[in-house]
Amino acid sequence: MVEIEAFRQQVRDFLEKVAPQSLRGLNDPKYAYWGGRKPELPHPDAQRYCELAAERGLTAVTWPKEYGGGGLSAAHDKVFHQELARLGFPAPLTGFGLTMIGPTLLQFGTDAQKAEHLPRIIKGQIRWCQGYSEPNAGSDLASLQCSAVLDGDEYVLNGQKIWTSYGDKSDWMFVLVRSDPAAKKQQGITFILIDMQNPGVEVRPILLISGASPFCETFFTDARAKAKDVIGGLHNGWTVAKALLGHERTMIANVFGASGGARNSSDKKHAMAELAREYVGEVADGSHKLADPILRDAITQITMDTRCFMATVARNADNVKAGHRPGPETSMFKVYGTELNQRREEVMLKIRGPQALGWEGAGYTKDELDKTRDWLRSRGNTIEGGTSEVQLNIIAKRVLELPGD
Amino acid sequence: MAMQLALTEDQAMLAKTATAFFAEHSPLTRLRKLRDSGDELGYNRELYQQMAELGWTAIPFDEKDGGLGMGMAGAILVSEAMGRTLAVEPYIPSILLAGQLLALGGTAAQRSAWLAPAIAGEKVLAFAQQEPRSRFAATHVQTKAVPGKNGGYTLTGEKVAVLAGARADAYLVSARTSGDAKSVNGVSLFLVPAGTPGLKVTRQHRIDSRNAALVELKDVQVGADAIVGERDGASQLIDAALDRATIALCGEMLGAMTAAFDSTLAYLKERKQFNALIGSFQALKHRAAKMFIEIELSRSATMLAARALDENDPEAKAHVSVAKARCSDAYVLVANEAVQMFAGIGMTDEHDIGFFIKHARLCELTFGDAAYHRDRFASLSGY
Repeated sequence: MVEIEAFRQQVRDFLEKVAPQSLRGLNDPKYAYWGGRKPELPHPDAQRYCELAAERGLTAVTWPKEYGGGGLSAAHDKVFHQELARLGFPAPLTGFGLTMIGPTLLQFGTDAQKAEHLPRIIKGQIRWCQGYSEPNAGSDLASLQCSAVLDGDEYVLNGQKIWTSYGDKSDWMFVLVRSDPAAKKQQGITFILIDMQNPGVEVRPILLISGASPFCETFFTDARAKAKDVIGGLHNGWTVAKALLGHERTMIANVFGASGGARNSSDKKHAMAELAREYVGEVADGSHKLADPILRDAITQITMDTRCFMATVARNADNVKAGHRPGPETSMFKVYGTELNQRREEVMLKIRGPQALGWEGAGYTKDELDKTRDWLRSRGNTIEGGTSEVQLNIIAKRVLELPGD
Repeated sequence: MAMQLALTEDQAMLAKTATAFFAEHSPLTRLRKLRDSGDELGYNRELYQQMAELGWTAIPFDEKDGGLGMGMAGAILVSEAMGRTLAVEPYIPSILLAGQLLALGGTAAQRSAWLAPAIAGEKVLAFAQQEPRSRFAATHVQTKAVPGKNGGYTLTGEKVAVLAGARADAYLVSARTSGDAKSVNGVSLFLVPAGTPGLKVTRQHRIDSRNAALVELKDVQVGADAIVGERDGASQLIDAALDRATIALCGEMLGAMTAAFDSTLAYLKERKQFNALIGSFQALKHRAAKMFIEIELSRSATMLAARALDENDPEAKAHVSVAKARCSDAYVLVANEAVQMFAGIGMTDEHDIGFFIKHARLCELTFGDAAYHRDRFASLSGY
C-alpha cells in the first residue's frame, strides 16, 4: 500500500495537473456529481472529473482494487478529503451507491454480485436509490408489505414504496420485499436489487412543503428482479437492511457534522452573528454587540451546541483511531445532529424576521428565499433515516440497556 | 484544533486510580457524616495530604514549580473522580484557583513560601474574590487597597463565598488600587496569611455543605512583598486562573452528573409500577437518552477546553465558556430529572440524590452560570 505522504503527493498531482481546473473552488454540495445513465451535470466538466478520478481509484479510495477502488486505508481516504478541501475541489462522485449499497455489498455480497455492481458504482455509471419505507411501514419498517414471488429465476414484485430519495433520477433500486408472508414479520423479508428500467416500475415525485421534490413514490406492478440479485440470502433481508441503516446514519451524521462547520473551518466563523448584524444592527455603545440581546443569546446557544457536537464527533473519531470500537452511542449523532440543524434553521428565520416570509419573486433576495426553503426542508431531518423517537429508543435499549416494553 | 480527544495511557491510568481512590476513601456517606456532625473544616486534612502524596496536587503545575506538567487535561481527571462521590477536599480552591494565581503571577519568594507547601498538601490556600454585589464579574471589585508607608497597603472590604476559606492558611485577595468599582484596570492581588490582624473569617453554610467563608478585611496591613502580579493589572491574571478553575469544576460536574445519572438509570431498572419496570416507559426512556447525549457533549467540551488551555490556543477562553455553559445546563437537567424519576424518595433527605441537586446548583452558580458564559462567548467572538 502506498505510504500516506506519497499518496498525498499523488492526490495533489492529480488535482493540480489532471483534474479540470474549472472545478477548483466549487466544493459546495450543489456541485456534487451523482452519476448515472442520464447524469445531471452540475458543471460541464463534472462527468469528466469523475471519470478521471475513477481511473485512478479515487472515487472509492478504500474499496478493493479488483473492483476499481483505491484499495487503501481510511487514513488515505482522510488525506484525500483533506486535499480536496485544501484545494477547494468537490468530491468527484457522490450518491447512495458509494455511501449505502456499496458498503452493504462489500459486507454481504457474493463475489459475482460485487463484480457486477461495484465497478459500475465506482465509475459513476449507475445511480442507486433506496426502496425501504411504504405508506404503512414508516418507523415500523418491518411491517412492510411489498411482495416478491419467485417465478423461474426471477422475483415478481408488487406493491408500493415511498420516500424514495431521487427515485426519478436513479437507475437501480435496493428494495426490501416480503418474500414469506407466513413468517414472523422480521423473518420474511428479502433484500433485492432491481433495474428500474424494467417494465412495471413507475416513479412519481412527491411535492414537499418546501416546494421541492427530492422524494418519490415507486409503484411495482408485476415488476421483475433477478433472483441472483438477492443480497445476503432469501428471507434474510432484515439483517442486511439494518446494516445498511447503520451506513445511512453514519452518512447523515457526517452530513450534519460537516454542515455544522468542520473542525478547521475558521473562515466561516460566526457567520450567523455577522448575518444578524446586517438585519438587526449593533448597540450604540461602541461594543459591537448585536442590538437584539435575545437573538444574540440564541445565536450563541447554537454556536456553542455546534462546537460541543463537533467535539463529540472528533472525540469519537479519536477513540476509533486509538483502537476503541465505535459503540452504539454513535446513534446520538443522528438525533443530535439533525435536531441541531433544525434549531439552526429556526434561528436563521429569527435573524431575517419578516424577510423570512418570502416564497418567490419581488421583495426578497435569493439568499432569503433559499434559506426559507432550507428551513422547511430541515423539518424532515428528524424524520428521514429513522425518526428522532426511534433513535432515542435505540439509545435507551442498546446504550442504556433499559428494559423493553 | 487538531487536539487529541482520546485519553493517553497515562491519563487513562490516572482516571482509573483516582476513581478507585475516592470510591474507597470518600463514599457519599462521608459527605453526609461531615454535614451532620457540623464539622467546622468540612473536609479532611489527612485525606487531602494523601491526594498530594499520590501526586495529584502537582498535576497542573510546571516541573520548575515542582509539578508534573500534566496540565488541565490531567487535572480534570482528578476533579471528575472527586465529583463522582462528591469528595469535598479543597483541590479546586487551593490548587486550581489560588495555586494557579501564584504559579502564573507569584514571585519566586511567594512561590517557594506558599506554592510549594500548597502542592505538598501541607497548606491550603483560598482566593477571596467574590463580593456581595459582584455576581459573576471578577473585575467588579470594591475592596480597597490604600498605599501606606514603606510601600505597603491597607486593605478594607468584604469577600463572600470564599471557597475553602474557613481555616485556610493564606488568602489571595483581589482589591482595587485604582479605577471605579467595575473597571478592568486597577485591580491588584495581595497575599494575606491567616491570622493577619484585621482579617476576620466566618464559615458559611451553603447548600452543598462544603467549606466556604466570609472574609472581612478591616485595615489589614500588608507589605509591598504581598502584591502578586502587577499592581493595577491583576485582572488578566485572575481571568487566567479562573479559566483553569472553571474547567476543573467542569470536570467535577462531569463526574457528579455521571454518578447521578448512573444511579437514576439503576433505579429505572429496578422500580416497578403498573406491574412494569418504570425504565420500560417510553416517557422516561427518551428523557434518559437525552440526558446521556447531554453528558457526552459535556465531556467533549470539557476535554477540548482543558487541552486548549494547555496548548495556549487563542480560542481557549471561548472553549472554556462553551464547556461551563454546557456542563451547567446538563448537570442541572440531570439532577432535576433524577429527583423527578426517583419521585417521592428523591425528595427525602435520607436519599443521596438530594446531595446532587444541591451540588448541581452550587456548581452552576460558581464561576459564572450558562447565561454569563454565553454572554462572555459572544463578546469574545466580537458580537
